Amino acid sequence: MRRAFALVFLAFLLTLPLWLQDPYLLHILITTGIFTIAAMSLNLLLGYTGQLSLGHVAFFGIGAYVSALTTLGFDVDIGPWTFVHEPWPVMAGFVLAVLISGLCGYLIGKLSFRVRGAYFVIVTISFAEVVRLVALNWVDLTQGPLALNNIPAFALSVPGLGEHTLWGKVPNYYLVLAVAVAAYILIKRLVGSRIGRAMVALKENESLAVSVGIDVTRYLVLAAIISAALAGAAGSLYAHYVKIIDPEIFLFIYTVTMVIMVVAGGKGTLAGPVVGGLIFGTLPVLLRSYLGPEFQWIFYGLFMIFIVFVLPQGIVPAVEQRLFPSTREPPPEALATVEPAKGEPQ
Amino acid sequence: MGQFLQHLVNTLILGGTYALLGIGLTLIFGIMRVVNFTHGELYAFGAYAVFALSMLLGANFFLALVLALLGGMALGALIEIVLLRPMRGADIDTTMLVMIGAWIIMQNLEMLTWGGVAKAVVTPFPEVPLVIGSVSVSYLRVFVLVMALVLIAATYFLINRTKLGKAMRATFQDADTAALMGVSINRIYTATFAIGSGLAAAAGALLGPVFLAFPTMGDLAALKSFAIVILGGLGSITGATIGGFILAFVEELGAGYVSSGYRDAMGFVIIILVLMFRPTGLFARAERIG
Repeated sequence: MRRAFALVFLAFLLTLPLWLQDPYLLHILITTGIFTIAAMSLNLLLGYTGQLSLGHVAFFGIGAYVSALTTLGFDVDIGPWTFVHEPWPVMAGFVLAVLISGLCGYLIGKLSFRVRGAYFVIVTISFAEVVRLVALNWVDLTQGPLALNNIPAFALSVPGLGEHTLWGKVPNYYLVLAVAVAAYILIKRLVGSRIGRAMVALKENESLAVSVGIDVTRYLVLAAIISAALAGAAGSLYAHYVKIIDPEIFLFIYTVTMVIMVVAGGKGTLAGPVVGGLIFGTLPVLLRSYLGPEFQWIFYGLFMIFIVFVLPQGIVPAVEQRLFPSTREPPPEALATVEPAKGEPQ
Repeated sequence: MGQFLQHLVNTLILGGTYALLGIGLTLIFGIMRVVNFTHGELYAFGAYAVFALSMLLGANFFLALVLALLGGMALGALIEIVLLRPMRGADIDTTMLVMIGAWIIMQNLEMLTWGGVAKAVVTPFPEVPLVIGSVSVSYLRVFVLVMALVLIAATYFLINRTKLGKAMRATFQDADTAALMGVSINRIYTATFAIGSGLAAAAGALLGPVFLAFPTMGDLAALKSFAIVILGGLGSITGATIGGFILAFVEELGAGYVSSGYRDAMGFVIIILVLMFRPTGLFARAERIG
């Protein structure tokens, strides 16, 4: 049933550009899709391992900058050495964005998972601020506040078919959709595998997970790597779609947007970030004509508090509970929080 | 050498207010296990309160400082009662989300109220700096340092010498046992959050006139408080006090001898070094090492 629903939804997304010609709406869908990928990557950490990455925009932004710089080329002086980089094709930029973001995820995870508790949150949020400062101050490399302009459009090179540059909205829409579906499948397979079960186990009860021989820190670091790499992929798509990036990309408020997508949709569920992403990707556009940005963020803040108080598991688990009360197995979240009812046999 | 002395003096002045920020945050974390993301906004609140009272309403500058501190405490108590009390027993991630929500709301309310332009506070202190040898420092900054030290001392006295402080320490060690001994945990939590918030507001009220008041000032203050608290050890008041001065020192040296653009990155460098070499901070009670 749920599988059927997912397939219908996918078919809907696949045929959407055939009947939706409005370029502005397509543009909204593309950026929504990019942020949904980022939200999915955040969900892998927040939802499945219970670790909140509050600087997720850093990985997204690093992906964007790496990809843009790889394809634009740069020359910088570090001490007595000069590094000159000639422009490379976009595909290489994308791959490097994924690799370098993943490497950053590794370093951050390796360091902050030495200690449990609030450390990962604090390290990630500080990391995002530092990366923003570097993007702002290393003008030789990043142009600082002047922004990187004229980033080339995404170009797919298929062996035997030559290179196809994705001009226009429709090809970009399909590119983002393809990456989103790939990310979804990757996360689905990952959380269904031994690795995913280990992640959930350590979220539920870390001491127990350790006692059955799960190397908890290793799995946490692995989750951080994959999550950061996916966020980097989203960042690369973003850079080549909007074609201009500046240090504003590292603003905390974008992380908040990702967090609210995951929390509202339902952390620890596969569909949660997709639903949350669609809602919070399109909502600002609808609100924009009525509300200033400050009001939008205040609304986000209120909504975040509202969700935690009223729907702590998010929209997707709540709806599923309504629709399929019997067939549904409790999400990992529920297992941890549901208390046994009094007087009933377990 | 003269330049180095100047950096040392600046360190003392900045460090005092950083210590206030750090103590406030570490108190709240240590006793309540809440990562207080509104801390920076209370700092901004303090700065704006002084601006509003002394520049717009014409109140005496010193009275404005006191009112900013009291206002910060009241605001903190309100946040605790409205947002945190219903969340008792929730895990740390859940309260974190609520505090992030509160953070965004507060910051954007500031933006709406005061606009994006920075506000300057005029103080009754003479503009001419005090010059001793090769070091020059404004009277306002000396006053800021003295006030910060007074507040730090007051906090130590409160924690170590009063009945409330004893109850707070008991709650810090074991909330359940403290409750069994007749400590009203709800009141202790509200008092803790109010005191921590008041310290942040006081830091903002003191530094606001030195620098400027602007809506995003709270973000950096929050990040710096986090760095101080990690350096000192989560929950350690002594650690936060010393951590505040260390961060100020490193920032001063970084800005003076490396690059002023990276002044605000020094906190992160400290966090990384602490996690590499002493993950529990300088004065930590035992945290689990994974």
